[in-house]
Amino acid sequence: MKDAGHLFRFAGLFVVAFLVFLLVRGYVVPKTFGQYGHYRGAAIGDIAKHPVKFAGHQTCEGCHTDVADTHSKGAHAHVNCEACHGALFQRLPATPQPKGNLYERFVALIVPPIPPDAPLLLHAEDPTSVTPTKPDTLVLCARCHTTSAAKPKGFPQVDPAEHMGGVPCETCHNPHSPAMGSDSGGGAGASPVAGGAK
Amino acid sequence: MNISRRHLLILLPAAAVAWKFVEAGTPEDSPNYQMSEHWWGMLINIPKCIGCGNCVRACATENDVPDGNFRTWVERYHVTDTNMTTPEVISPDGGKEGFPVAQEDAGKYFFVPKMCNHCADSPCTQVCPVGATFVSPDGVVLVDQTYCLGCAYCVQACPYGCRYIHPTKHVADKCTLCYHRITKGLTTACCEACPTGARQLADLKNPNDPIHEFLKTHPVEVLKPQMATGAKAYYFGLDGSVR
Repeated sequence: MKDAGHLFRFAGLFVVAFLVFLLVRGYVVPKTFGQYGHYRGAAIGDIAKHPVKFAGHQTCEGCHTDVADTHSKGAHAHVNCEACHGALFQRLPATPQPKGNLYERFVALIVPPIPPDAPLLLHAEDPTSVTPTKPDTLVLCARCHTTSAAKPKGFPQVDPAEHMGGVPCETCHNPHSPAMGSDSGGGAGASPVAGGAK
Repeated sequence: MNISRRHLLILLPAAAVAWKFVEAGTPEDSPNYQMSEHWWGMLINIPKCIGCGNCVRACATENDVPDGNFRTWVERYHVTDTNMTTPEVISPDGGKEGFPVAQEDAGKYFFVPKMCNHCADSPCTQVCPVGATFVSPDGVVLVDQTYCLGCAYCVQACPYGCRYIHPTKHVADKCTLCYHRITKGLTTACCEACPTGARQLADLKNPNDPIHEFLKTHPVEVLKPQMATGAKAYYFGLDGSVR
């Protein structure tokens, strides 16, 4: 029976090794790993933190009620604002970060440089200083409405050169309600040919 | 067992510290957005797509997608009457700047927007050796970029070619179904920018979502159904020649 001491010593070693394992595991495995499955649960929250850049048509319609009114009655009613005007966000152009140079670092103290990951500026938050660029209708309209055999047959298409010969589209059409001869739309050809965006 | 008081005094604090970390691994409460109330998918209406590339540009803007990589892209198929099995497929720069004008000839043309299918039984998540990619409880396939090793096994495993290795982060990157937007009640950037409504975000757990009415009344298909991936990108008007 005196040899049983060897076994107890081994058992003790195992217990210590197990405790060390638990300790190390506690440090290296992230807290939320296994919360929902075999992955870090907090990753879902991290991904959800990404900044929003397309603010959604509801945001635009909150202020631009007159345009929203015209828009809602025309053939483009289902084309959301940012589909043509681009995302509502703007980012200030980043300026060079100071290097080791003492002078540059001094300047950076007075005029802080803009980092590449500067916060997004939304036109909705500061409408006077942040303004979206006005799209060039000759490029913008042609992107969708240039004739191509590949496009669905019912979709309105024109050959830009033959149709207007370099005259900007908005000379004749109101892009918010493109039917001719009516600012509020509803004229011939104003059928909502392509709609359904939520 | 023959443990002296001295040994016990050494063991007890060690056990206490270890227990603290065992406890630390227990689940935390989920945030305000209730993941259990949603099951996300996408409806893609092929007859409505005009190949303008708005979705590709919007996705790149919203998600800082590097040039040359795509979380979503548009393909143009040209199927001739005599050859259904080998269509001519083009996707110049993912369709980002639209497509060249097509001339009327024999056969048919159509556009197929592609993106992550957010499969319920996704092959890409099954092969990840470290648990860096997963299907979230609300049905979105996501990548934990702090955990990813960049082994690209998932890139090979995706049958739809929807993943890539980010050129500067060197980790797997893919469509998140704009997870940062849909959890705030917004639609995805591609849906927001689509001028014809060819794409529609669908919440399959929301009984008021128009997707249910659409699925009841229209024939829809998923890509590569034979792979049994549980794809949730439903295509309406999908041609048999699409791969």
